[in-house]
Amino acid sequence: MTGLFSEVFLGALLFGAVTAAVPLLLAGLGEQLSEKAGVLNIGIEGMMLAGAYLGFLGAFYSGSLWLGFLTGAAGGIAVALIMALLCVRIGLNQIVIGIALTLGLEGLTALLHHFQFSRSYPRLPAADATVIPLLSDIPVVGPAFFKHHLIVYLAVALVFAMGYLYRRTQLGLNLQAAGDKPAALDVAGIDVIRTRTIAVLTTGALAGLGGAYLANVGAGLFIPFITNGAGFLGIVLAMLARGRPVWVLFGALLFGVCLSLTTAMQVAGINIPTDIIQMLPFLAVMIMLVLFGRRASLPAALGIAYERGAR
Amino acid sequence: MPADKRDIVALEGVTKRFPGIVANDGIDLSIRPGEVHVLLGENGAGKSTLIGMLSGLQQPDEGRILVDGKPTPITSPRHALALGIGTVFQHMMLVPTLTVAENLLLGGPWWQRPRTEELEARVAEITRSLGISVKLHAKVSELSLGEQQQVEILRAMVRNSRLLILDESTSMLTPKGIEELGALMRRLVGQGLAIVFITHKLKEAAAFGDRISVLKLGRKVGEIPPERFRTLSEQEIISEIVELMFGKQKDDPEAAERPTRTVRADAGPLLQVADLAVAPTENAPGLSSISFDIRPGEILGIAGIDGNGQKQLAEALAGQRAATGGSVRLEGTAIEALSVGERRRRGLRYLTDDRLGEGTVGAFPVSINFFLKQVGASPFWRGGVEQRAEIDRRAAQLVREYDVRTPSLKTPVARLSGGNIQKVLIARELAEGARAVIFNKPTYGLDLANTLASRQRIRDTAARGLAVLLISTDLEELLSMCDRIAVIANGSLVGTVANADDARTKVGRLMIGLAA
Repeated sequence: MTGLFSEVFLGALLFGAVTAAVPLLLAGLGEQLSEKAGVLNIGIEGMMLAGAYLGFLGAFYSGSLWLGFLTGAAGGIAVALIMALLCVRIGLNQIVIGIALTLGLEGLTALLHHFQFSRSYPRLPAADATVIPLLSDIPVVGPAFFKHHLIVYLAVALVFAMGYLYRRTQLGLNLQAAGDKPAALDVAGIDVIRTRTIAVLTTGALAGLGGAYLANVGAGLFIPFITNGAGFLGIVLAMLARGRPVWVLFGALLFGVCLSLTTAMQVAGINIPTDIIQMLPFLAVMIMLVLFGRRASLPAALGIAYERGAR
Repeated sequence: MPADKRDIVALEGVTKRFPGIVANDGIDLSIRPGEVHVLLGENGAGKSTLIGMLSGLQQPDEGRILVDGKPTPITSPRHALALGIGTVFQHMMLVPTLTVAENLLLGGPWWQRPRTEELEARVAEITRSLGISVKLHAKVSELSLGEQQQVEILRAMVRNSRLLILDESTSMLTPKGIEELGALMRRLVGQGLAIVFITHKLKEAAAFGDRISVLKLGRKVGEIPPERFRTLSEQEIISEIVELMFGKQKDDPEAAERPTRTVRADAGPLLQVADLAVAPTENAPGLSSISFDIRPGEILGIAGIDGNGQKQLAEALAGQRAATGGSVRLEGTAIEALSVGERRRRGLRYLTDDRLGEGTVGAFPVSINFFLKQVGASPFWRGGVEQRAEIDRRAAQLVREYDVRTPSLKTPVARLSGGNIQKVLIARELAEGARAVIFNKPTYGLDLANTLASRQRIRDTAARGLAVLLISTDLEELLSMCDRIAVIANGSLVGTVANADDARTKVGRLMIGLAA
């Protein structure tokens, strides 16, 4: 057990934790946005997969990671468009449609990938890191937190941007009203359907981006089912965060640590069956739910389609 | 009615239909600045639908709405606000998790930062002129209902409304809150605002109004214009309204002569209720000291404004709601401690007003719905196994006997019309061994033909020597069928009237809280 607390181990663990946390963070922020507006987005796993697949293709053929992020976000939006149409505009059951989207995208992306690459998994070149001067020189913590792709810093900045959006802007008020009392928003003259549609599409973009990061930066390749429940972890994060983006960040980091333990332990040469270690994040979810689940507060109209004048 | 130049909003022949009912039928209305226009009517009179159309939530099927003399379809809530029509809905339309200020800011352009300072100045100005105080930074969920209502009125004022609609605004207020609201309304019309005030309480209408329109079953049955209003005393206004609300309509197709049915005076009471009490719950009134007797062949009516304990009474008698005291006797035997099923077996039957909710299982076929209350009992079930042939045979009989119009016995009951579902329920409750039957709003929501058929069925039931308790909010119905009519208000019976020629006036007076 000598290597457990070595610098190398800790460094790898923390670096991996941040890398693993970014997709969860983006998914969690997206889910939070959509839930605020009253749409329970179970399809977020599917949106991430679409983002991972299209993001990988974009980066693979263009050679540009940024273009990959763009196509990834577009993929997420495309799936979100279906969700918005079916659940927000037509008012179908959000849970059923969400599950259908997730299952559908799992199959579709696996099929398309198999069509194109058969059983080969081409790799992307390692992502360029943006090194933050001075901070990155701190031992252990520096390389772990301040040598990442630029998009990681942008994702963290997004946490604070979302916080500002919710608390200080008119749009934030509208979003909260759409989730807590849509009828009040409607009679205030704001279109509830439009507000919720915007929220769902933005969620799609964030989830797609998260998926693209997962494939292009985290793994450097696309394999079927690559998200492996990241979207569902995002849903848990959003529910536990009680509408506060900062809590999504903390939660994502915690889950990130659990996820990166697998790799870090292998680096340290510790011999525990990986299957057990891979259970960690989900064990953490259950522990978190037991500890904090009771205090989770969800918008009153979450999951209920809005229909004007319905009684 | 020609539109008057003074009207800021006028309705001309507005009709609105929903599946199965005409909610508003050719309504004319004129709304003027500086006037409180009271819309008066019972539940189901069409008040809320009318408000829905004025506030842009619903569109009329016929007729038109004029704003400033020009025909203007009000297409959305935003459009209504832009026209200066602000509505305070019966159910609070505030977001409980936001502060008062945030609620008032809701609806601003989304790209802007909320203009809190501007709002504070505007609110200060309005609250000063109205003499109210509002905690801008308190969360709405922490305010009392009265305070929330003031916030809603304030919101309409912040938006520069010219017409303020108050929908049943007094229903949740304390007497003091109601008085304050009345004073506030007078100040608002003093500032030149037009107010539409919806209520079903006559005293409020007489105390706060300038002009009164009375709605009844979707139609406007009368109006007291301000010129006349001012010349009348409060008592005269109230009695005029009672006449409008409960008076006989000349062309009423439902009008039927009260049958002369003789109840044998020497017969002992079949159903006896003494001092029945039920504890109030969060959203329902309790019952206190309910006592009455019904003899064989007699129909006792329960009149009253909806929501005064009618459903509680019916459920307590049927055993579906726990009573906290009193006794219920059927043919002399105490049944108040018995279960729902046991009471039914002894002949006490309850016909619910919730036909598709507790009355039937919509997805089940018509045949099974006839025997829902006998599931598991022979001869329809043996050893836990459904006896399809026996069920179908008996169901076919009932379908013929009660004239249920259904495509087949296997049709899911929810696909039938309301009238036919009601026939299924009636058939089920009147089946073998019924002694006393409680009908709760038996004709509610039915069309005329089915209404008349149901009433005839109830009369026949009594004629067979059963005791009938008929709960209804339709006074005409009670007057055309009952031997005696008791009036329920706030969970107790405030009086019982023999159904003689002056019963209409007496019951009407009891219903609005005046002594008969």
